[in-house]
Amino acid sequence: MEGPLALLVGCFFAASVYLMLSDSLIRILIGVVVLSNAVNLLIFVAGRIVKEVPPIIPLGAQIPPIETANPLPQALILTAIVISFSFFAFLLVLVFRTYQALGTDKTDEMHLAEPQGEPIPPRGY
Amino acid sequence: MAVSEKTVDLSQAMVTAPVAPADALIIAPIIITLFFGGLLLMTRKRAAWQVPMGLFALVLLLAACAGLLARVLTAGPVSVTMGSWLPPFGISFTADALGASFAFVSSLVALAVGLFASRDIDGLGQRYGFFAFLLLMMCGICGAFLTGDIFNLYVWFEVMLIASFGLMVLGNTRTQLDGAVRYALLNLLGAAFFLAATGYLYGSLGTLNMADITERLRQPTDGLPLNTIAALFILGFGMKAAAFPLAFWLPASYHTPSPAAAAIFAGLLTKVGAYALLRTMVMVMPAAHAVYADFLTWIAIGTMLLGSLGALAESDLRRLFGYVVISGIGIIFAGLALGSAGGLSGAIVYALHSMLVMTGLYLAAGIAARLGGSQQLRELGGLYGASPLLAGLTLLLILSAAALPPFSGFWAKIVVVEAAMVGGRWWLAGIVLVTGLFTALAAGRAFAHAFWRGGPVGTPDGAEKSVPGKLAAADLPLLLGPLGFLTMLTLLIGLYPQPVLRLAEIGAAGLLDPIPYVRAVFGAAP
Repeated sequence: MEGPLALLVGCFFAASVYLMLSDSLIRILIGVVVLSNAVNLLIFVAGRIVKEVPPIIPLGAQIPPIETANPLPQALILTAIVISFSFFAFLLVLVFRTYQALGTDKTDEMHLAEPQGEPIPPRGY
Repeated sequence: MAVSEKTVDLSQAMVTAPVAPADALIIAPIIITLFFGGLLLMTRKRAAWQVPMGLFALVLLLAACAGLLARVLTAGPVSVTMGSWLPPFGISFTADALGASFAFVSSLVALAVGLFASRDIDGLGQRYGFFAFLLLMMCGICGAFLTGDIFNLYVWFEVMLIASFGLMVLGNTRTQLDGAVRYALLNLLGAAFFLAATGYLYGSLGTLNMADITERLRQPTDGLPLNTIAALFILGFGMKAAAFPLAFWLPASYHTPSPAAAAIFAGLLTKVGAYALLRTMVMVMPAAHAVYADFLTWIAIGTMLLGSLGALAESDLRRLFGYVVISGIGIIFAGLALGSAGGLSGAIVYALHSMLVMTGLYLAAGIAARLGGSQQLRELGGLYGASPLLAGLTLLLILSAAALPPFSGFWAKIVVVEAAMVGGRWWLAGIVLVTGLFTALAAGRAFAHAFWRGGPVGTPDGAEKSVPGKLAAADLPLLLGPLGFLTMLTLLIGLYPQPVLRLAEIGAAGLLDPIPYVRAVFGAAP
């Protein structure tokens, strides 16, 4: 099961890189979302896909009788999902406000923070 | 057979000994900042509460970090595992001399910035939560310095990032939004690479506790993708630390937020990336460090040259200082790449020095921009006449950033250069010195133009024009106070460097020989 999922993770990474190379902020944003999902899936696969047995210890036993699913990657992913979700919400608002304020969503046309064609620094007084 | 509490031996799964009160100090920085950060957010409409409560929390934070540093220096590394679960199952907080000293200097810087902001940030900015964001960002920074768990480090990175986004866009101007988009996207990308590396590390070793990983990687590890993981760490943390060639977001964004926010960004955020690299590459994965040592050297050289040449080519005061931050990161990377005790302690001293000085320079640039009504070297001028004290303090900070004696930067650079010579890399030492020369030229020119010249470009020699900016006369001393405090610290370290050098030596020794660190986490017999 890990093999196909690993390939899927690779596809996610490729798609996100492709999207983030775009000059449109919205595509970059979608690329960021795909990237964070790629990483989440990566952690899931890295935790190994084992039998679909929940980690419940029967009455009287001290350890699970058979190999069970690993709950830790799921806890990690849950944390990462919450974080990436909140970041995405912030980014959406930020990009929308930027679009409103600058009147463009093309990265090539955003030059306020990095003005183009600035003169070289003064050489003398 | 029913399982009762009597038949279960709790000591197999849990820490049964109570935590010593002095050890509990390790989570005090987190608790203080989270509690007051939340409280400030809830009471953000009560403008009168913001400054006193924020400053009170920052003083508490400083006291907690000082207490922790004293404890670490007397008793060695300190570790507490959350929920009393036995490590590596619980999340450990572990402070050694490196983490505690970084946290201590960060809290000093935060207090200076808080004092500055109490005058500089207007009521609106305070109502929009400047102090709340500042404290929450300090929560992330201190958490990153003190945690002993790699995934937890990721969480603190994100706490720090989201709070810094809040500080970045506070004010909501068009330039800020433009800068914030660059800053947010690039930093998120870096964090994603870091998280991917964490996932691989967990998949390879099945543990995330730094002490546990350190132990396991000291045993033979065949077939584990450690070099891939290390490469992802370098990529993610290098992006955060603004290392060449991933540094261009820094001068594109750090000049946009308010002076106080920019100052604390410049002082602290890049150092968190540098700290994480020191921790992961040197302590946790020494084999991978050996593999990438040459690569890191080239990154260091690229970063130093990019920073110093960028500063020479820049005519915007705050962007110029942004490039100076980058050249400092290059020197830290040079020490990191050397990997010897001398190189590492040089990197640590330089990082501590850079926290103080870069914060001071950005505060000075903020006041200069307020007074002079511009950030452009062509338009600034006459600041010496407007405030000789500001000019004097700025000159001292510039000399310290250029690593001239008798300031802290001088000793930091001496240690790095010496380590490079001892390591047989005289060319690396040469580039460190050339970087210092270029930084001195660029920052000195900024001083000559903004402060020394009588007015904007073209003002005849000897003539003096009054500055166009408005700054209430009562505000100026209160704004200069924190600046003077930071300048005094860098001068003090320069005149009496022994304690800081010794601290850095202890920190570097802890990275190279992690046995005390591991013992602190797992007890006497790991």
